[in-house]
Amino acid sequence: MIRKRPSPMITRGSILMDNSGQMDNSGQMDALGPMTKTGPTAEHNATQAHAPHPKDYHAAKMGMWLFLFTEILLFGGLFLLYASYRMRFPQAFHAGGQTLDVFIGGLNTVVLITSSLTVAMSITALRRGEIIRCLWLLSFTVACAGAFMINKTIEWAAKFHHGLIPGSEHMAALPHGQSVFYGLYFAMTGLHGIHVVIGASLLVWVMLLIKRGKVTAADFVLLENAGLYWHIVDIVWIFLFPLFYLIS
Amino acid sequence: MTTSTGMTDKHGAHEAQHGPLSYRLLLGIWLGLMALTATTITATRIDLGFLNVVAAMGIASAKAGLVIFFFMHLKYENRLIKGMALTAFVILAIAIGLTFVDVGYRY
Amino acid sequence: MDQTDQTDQTDQTGHPDQTPSTAASGASQPFFGPQNPGATGGKGSGLASWIFSTDHKRIGLLYLGLIGLMFTVALVLGLILRLKLMTPGSTLLTPQQYNAMFTLHGVIMVFMVVIPSIPASFGNIFLPLQIGANDVSFPRLNNFSWWLYVLGMTLAITSIFTGAGAPDTGWTFYVPFSERTTTNVSLAVIAVFILGFSSILTGLNFITTVHRLRTPGMTWKKLPLFVWSLYATGWIQVLATPILGITALLIFAERVLHLGLFDPGLGGDPLLYQHLFWIYSHPAVYIMILPAMGVISEIIPVFARKPIFGYNMIAFSSLAIAFAGSLVWAHHMFTSGMSDTAVLVFSFLTFVVAIPSAIKVFNWLSTLYKGSISLDPPLLFSLGFIFMFSIGGLTGLVLGAAGTDIHVHDTYFVVAHFHYVIFGGTGLGMFAAMHYWFPKVFGRMYDHGRAAWAFWLILLGMNVLYFPMFIMGLQGMPRRYYDYLPQYAPLQMLSTWGSWLLAVGLGLMFWNLYRGCRFGPRATQNPWGGATLEWTLPTPLPHEAFHHDPEAPEPYDYKGINPDG
Repeated sequence: MIRKRPSPMITRGSILMDNSGQMDNSGQMDALGPMTKTGPTAEHNATQAHAPHPKDYHAAKMGMWLFLFTEILLFGGLFLLYASYRMRFPQAFHAGGQTLDVFIGGLNTVVLITSSLTVAMSITALRRGEIIRCLWLLSFTVACAGAFMINKTIEWAAKFHHGLIPGSEHMAALPHGQSVFYGLYFAMTGLHGIHVVIGASLLVWVMLLIKRGKVTAADFVLLENAGLYWHIVDIVWIFLFPLFYLIS
Repeated sequence: MTTSTGMTDKHGAHEAQHGPLSYRLLLGIWLGLMALTATTITATRIDLGFLNVVAAMGIASAKAGLVIFFFMHLKYENRLIKGMALTAFVILAIAIGLTFVDVGYRY
Repeated sequence: MDQTDQTDQTDQTGHPDQTPSTAASGASQPFFGPQNPGATGGKGSGLASWIFSTDHKRIGLLYLGLIGLMFTVALVLGLILRLKLMTPGSTLLTPQQYNAMFTLHGVIMVFMVVIPSIPASFGNIFLPLQIGANDVSFPRLNNFSWWLYVLGMTLAITSIFTGAGAPDTGWTFYVPFSERTTTNVSLAVIAVFILGFSSILTGLNFITTVHRLRTPGMTWKKLPLFVWSLYATGWIQVLATPILGITALLIFAERVLHLGLFDPGLGGDPLLYQHLFWIYSHPAVYIMILPAMGVISEIIPVFARKPIFGYNMIAFSSLAIAFAGSLVWAHHMFTSGMSDTAVLVFSFLTFVVAIPSAIKVFNWLSTLYKGSISLDPPLLFSLGFIFMFSIGGLTGLVLGAAGTDIHVHDTYFVVAHFHYVIFGGTGLGMFAAMHYWFPKVFGRMYDHGRAAWAFWLILLGMNVLYFPMFIMGLQGMPRRYYDYLPQYAPLQMLSTWGSWLLAVGLGLMFWNLYRGCRFGPRATQNPWGGATLEWTLPTPLPHEAFHHDPEAPEPYDYKGINPDG
């Protein structure tokens, strides 16, 4: 596949002239407005004439993918612990898994997968110019995130109610492997929950930008990247669900 | 399935930016994911011994694959991104695999 | 590497632009120093114009400044430790102060000095320029990385003075002690987490920059080797650092929430902590050394006036090191009680990783062979690097062999090995980079004679400081001990004298560079006769480096290029 690059003349002058460099909200999501070597074409130029940095769509996405790898490996460390301890305490993990509610876990799986679908659809909607539909789909996704967190809270509360509180004497009195099981359960679902909140916040932020016309059908990479992040959250759960709720 | 605008020279400005995925395709993937979820929950009711673990992990991987390849449209990315993603998973597999050279013989 | 990536670079080699010209606009002003008030487009010189700058050159200098500051702090700590160890007995420091001090020396040196050292400073400045780009792919993210670094640094320093005392676990934060000690470990591991995040974002930025912003015609085979090494480093940063992140978070969680994941009393396994820690921290030593190897690969051919020998192998070995480095972590754990199978496997893999490092050393030597060598300061430091790195690398094999490791594990032998590789390697590589790119960055030249003196003092000091540690280690002197038996007294004394020599050498070097920066003669555009793109730019560097995409040069072809001035 041969990609042609238009003349970079237009972009050259402006790149370093931009003195704005302020640490604003978008400073963190700079993956979204990267430098480019690809100058805008005439057609492209019309939509982006006022952008401070001409965007390099592919760089933005590559940056996001690289970031996702770090997320995968961050959870990977915990999966490593899970695999090792499961090998060490098969019975305890079996017993621990049976105390978890497959219904709530399954419901949360359905909720997250559906929210993943609506994010993916929202990108299609935005690119087709269906702004209202896009915003509805995103709102639904955020609602799913809320539902997931409510379920999670109910579940955790039930565990706390049964005295399964990290650091408590009850936990310490459990058979060896079981406290490790619950320790991993809290660590992994907790870290995942934090990611759900971050992902949902990102989506809300992108929704605001779509409303303000900053993220558009022609310049949608911000939504795409936020969506990628949301899908990773989903994928982690796809593995957490069988590991904690099903294999028992 | 989906159009592949941007793959040709004419759309060079977008550098092979892929066209949006159709709603129909996305819904199809979602149905597949739902079916796999139902399967994996059902499979736990049947005692297959060690195969239960294999089945659960296999199905989870299949689901993750669907999400990665379609929802995250890795399928439509260039080989570079695909190779990068593969590298990340290989490194994770190495980390877990080599740890088992220890714990596998110790526990 | 990647087919499509190359095609899109090559299909516009016929670009009309030739060499970068210095237009008479504000963009041609130096990127630092007094700004010409009349010109427009400059970046100003106020504090805000620096700390919020998205200019990769300014961010590089910001890093350089803080890294220098942290280096000084940790160096002073190290000197105090050596002073305490000069004579046996309870002198100068209490045991608790001693423990805290070697912990801080390690944490600061590893996480705040050596890991960011070359990539964040010179990498930031010269990676874009060497590939003909005006900045990295994500300039604002770059600035954010620096702020994360500042935040992590601040938290780490805060952890010394708050809570129940400075962390005393050693830089490895081994459990179960790190979970139980009352000292301020929680804050320190959060600092480490944030510093890791900063490192990840820098690596991510570099990888994307190398893929997306190479000037037309700069194929992967025309990439300067410094860029190759930073690219490989970027991958380690992205793929290994998250494991450090989760490890640090788990320590924090263990301390605050008592999850019991590593607590043997609850069924946890402390060895799994060591696995997680080294899955990051072994690749991390390649984060430390690879960029230095890149610097050496740049400097040696320039001062031998000969194309680099074995370009492909050097480039390839960078990637090979990055990959093989992820296979060997458990050689830090041979005596920990790990399974014997693991000891065997990891010992074997450790020998594998020595191969790509040796490839590089032989290629550098072959480049020098029959070259027209000029012994300028950058080359001196590079030769010092090869010497020290070879000793450090070969003694690493002693440690990597499972049998001998049992004898020297956790002795001064390890300390000596590590300092030969990291201080003698990365440290001298960093100093080589400073002397090589100094005129390009600051627009002035330092005194070559004094630089040579400083180099010899540093080299001598390092060897007097660390070589006795090899001997003491073989004799059984354990590391991190507060006191020692009288039989080690003479060598401990010698080692401390070495630390003073080293300190004098470093002082002379920094003073010389400072003098050069302030009062040195104006540097010319290409004082060493380098062929990479940064030497086609005016000295000192202008705000906007390239007005047009430059043509990709042959990076190690010196025909027709002579040092000027």
